[in-house]
Amino acid sequence: MVASIVLSGVAIGCIYALIGITYNVMFSASRVFSFTAGTLGMLGGVLGSLFIARMGLPVALGVVLVLLGGGVFGIVTEFVAVRPVLRSLDQHLYVLSTLALALMVQQFTAIEWGTDARPFPRLLDLPRGGFDQQYWLPMAACAAVIVGLELLYRHTLIGRAFLAIAEDTYAARALGLPERSLRMASYALAGAIGALAGFAGGEMLLAFFGNAPMLTFYGFVPVALGGMGNNRGAVVAGLLLGLFQQAANFLVGGIFASVAVFAVFIIVLLVRPEGLASASLQRRV
Amino acid sequence: METQAIPLPRSRARVFASTRGIGAALPFVGLLAFGMALPLFGGGYWGVIATRACVYWVLVSGLNLVVGFAGQIAIGWVALLTLGAYTASVLVAGNATPPVPAYLALAIAGIVGAVFGLIVGLPALRLRTFYFAITTLGFATIVTQVALAWQSITGGGVGVAGPVLPPPFSSEWGFYYFCFALAAICTWMTANIAASRFGRALTAIRDAEVAAEASGIAKPALLATVFVFSGAVAGISGSLFATLQSYITPDAFTLDLSVLFFIAILIGGRSSILGPLLGTILLTVLPEFAAPLVAWSTFLYAVLLLVIVLAIPGGIAEILDFKNRRPLESGRTIVPRPELLPRLLGSPADGGAITLEQVALSFGGVRAIDGLDLEIRPGQVHGLIGPNGSGKTTTLNVISGYYVQQRGAVRLNGTTLPALARHRRAHMRIARTFQTPRIVGSASVLENVMIGGTIDGEGTFVESLLALPRHRRDEAMLRDTAMLALAAVGLERLAPARADRLQHSELRFIEIARALMLRPAFLLLDEPAAGLSAEEIKRLGALLLAIAQAGTGVLVVEHHPDLIFDICHHVTVLNLGKKLAAGSPAEIRSHREVVNAYLGG
Repeated sequence: MVASIVLSGVAIGCIYALIGITYNVMFSASRVFSFTAGTLGMLGGVLGSLFIARMGLPVALGVVLVLLGGGVFGIVTEFVAVRPVLRSLDQHLYVLSTLALALMVQQFTAIEWGTDARPFPRLLDLPRGGFDQQYWLPMAACAAVIVGLELLYRHTLIGRAFLAIAEDTYAARALGLPERSLRMASYALAGAIGALAGFAGGEMLLAFFGNAPMLTFYGFVPVALGGMGNNRGAVVAGLLLGLFQQAANFLVGGIFASVAVFAVFIIVLLVRPEGLASASLQRRV
Repeated sequence: METQAIPLPRSRARVFASTRGIGAALPFVGLLAFGMALPLFGGGYWGVIATRACVYWVLVSGLNLVVGFAGQIAIGWVALLTLGAYTASVLVAGNATPPVPAYLALAIAGIVGAVFGLIVGLPALRLRTFYFAITTLGFATIVTQVALAWQSITGGGVGVAGPVLPPPFSSEWGFYYFCFALAAICTWMTANIAASRFGRALTAIRDAEVAAEASGIAKPALLATVFVFSGAVAGISGSLFATLQSYITPDAFTLDLSVLFFIAILIGGRSSILGPLLGTILLTVLPEFAAPLVAWSTFLYAVLLLVIVLAIPGGIAEILDFKNRRPLESGRTIVPRPELLPRLLGSPADGGAITLEQVALSFGGVRAIDGLDLEIRPGQVHGLIGPNGSGKTTTLNVISGYYVQQRGAVRLNGTTLPALARHRRAHMRIARTFQTPRIVGSASVLENVMIGGTIDGEGTFVESLLALPRHRRDEAMLRDTAMLALAAVGLERLAPARADRLQHSELRFIEIARALMLRPAFLLLDEPAAGLSAEEIKRLGALLLAIAQAGTGVLVVEHHPDLIFDICHHVTVLNLGKKLAAGSPAEIRSHREVVNAYLGG
């Protein structure tokens, strides 16, 4: 029993962490949180089911197409909902524009794909049970993304450019970095990561349009608790969230588990609005 | 002689206010007449649609204060509708208690809504925009889940019957009139708030939060009040919604509804009552005209939201705002009338001086202020000059409570000023202006100045909701005082103009007028001459001198040595956070080190 709680808790926690990283990658590039993060996760599941189960494409091709789809949606997000409102960041219009885009995609999915949760295909031809692929796939995806991002940021030129933009946009622009293209690339990367989260966790979450608002909320919890822009914090907080949720599920039942998660989230945020990991001081006057 | 020299402001303010009132009320009167006569035009299905629009508006009217006025992005308000609907239905059905009469259940739904409105809203006091939006979204998801799972009470997925009101409100049109009356009352109440000091304070919190604090507006208390009101009407709306649906299941309360409420407000425009009202009617009726599109309605709302945000952030209200299309007269000059100041400021009680004693503050490794002594005396102009980064603005921010000194003390007449209690400064009659003017751009110049007098109103939020006498007295008093303040700084002709249409120099004088509304014992100005022409600087100087002569202690942080040397009684020169020199302007002008380091020979 404990083993299965830990297993599913860590797996779901990895999905939340990946969505949290999606938020972070977009945030680093633009100082903007986007409501489309959870929508990307939902799209990963729906597109995976569409390509592999319905259209019968091979799994490898399906993965590539899903990641591409996420990347394209990331770029669309940047172009449609983020770039036009970046000039007036203080008005917080991005909250509304990204919300509108997320709703459009979510509703489109509901109408074209249906409002029922549909099954997601088994990706690998392995026997069921024990340390099943539905649990280890999200974990593997999360580990791969963390290691990949670490390598990208530390060891490649483009990764360092991402960091420069995140650290100080003006200085980066003054150095001649192509800020726009880098931001777009960040959004494409974030899109792929978000779609991967939904794809790897497809068997647990199913291909369901309603996953979008759910992941938007639960994926933001690791960001808020781990500190914005802090990927390691997001992973730790995501895993804690997953474990806590599954344990509460088992101990007090599903509904009150959500209430408990919500209550803990609010209380932690009220006590430490800047997150558990980091501190910030902003100058207003 | 002096009274003769002061004509106008009072009467002009009255005329301005009343013509504006009549013109603004017309559309509401039209809607009222149309709504009353609606049953004459036919019935059946349109009756249901009209009732639904009324039910939605009861909720949206309250949410409008949260979203449209206070600028809090609350996207999950459907949760309160759900709570109200289930509270009323479950109470009347008697699932948990002995059955309760429908009217009492309606009232209890309102109370439950108010309590949860406060609970959902409270995070807004600490969290910013996206965080708050997400928490309301999370709350909405959870309420539906609970409704689905708590089967013994809510009937789970099967649902529960909605309450039925007793006659005469049980019939279709009877219920319509009941909802219509509530909608009309909500319109009236929120319009009263919009035109009150509370409504202006909300917009100030939204667009110029630091200016709201400096004017003594206590954000937590005000927002909490608004959340309670908004929650209460949402709960009542939920109860009506359950009656209208006659049977409710968790499916009825999707996030789509929340989006509809939210978008109705954005389409309508911020700081408007009429706009969101029209938006609500539009969004309720529109899908009925385009029957094949019903499945796509939420998609279309989302498209609409995107288009509005990107193309017309001002919404319907801005499109309907003909008054502000007319060009302002060009070649305006600002001619202050310092002779009005004594009437505006009254005779100040001698509150002693503000003293800084060995104040020090560092940011990281930088010592912004390093052991500073300073005294600001009533009736005098004190100048604070120094090169960039010498700690002038930091000093001002310590006095007005934005920073806490790490060492030393700031005292007012011997008592220590509480650290970080920014809005308390206004109650001690310490007013300030900002380096970049902090103005509510969408409000009129007059309203901007009235914000400065918020703490002098006596009526409560409830009195303003119901437009009771004390509310009207407050408003008349604030309007007259604000006109007087505007006349004193020389801007009364611009009183009705939208503030964001003014020139930069005019905004600086508006900030001074707003600060004067506090009848300040001390006025702190942060680079008031920046961006002003030489002529305007001269007039500013005369105005500041007159303010000091009326008894106020004035602190001017400035770069322009001319202004400082012309008007100051006492000058302190800062360099690297330390006092380089202090004394009368004449002494400073001949101070060798100052001349070398700063004035450049």
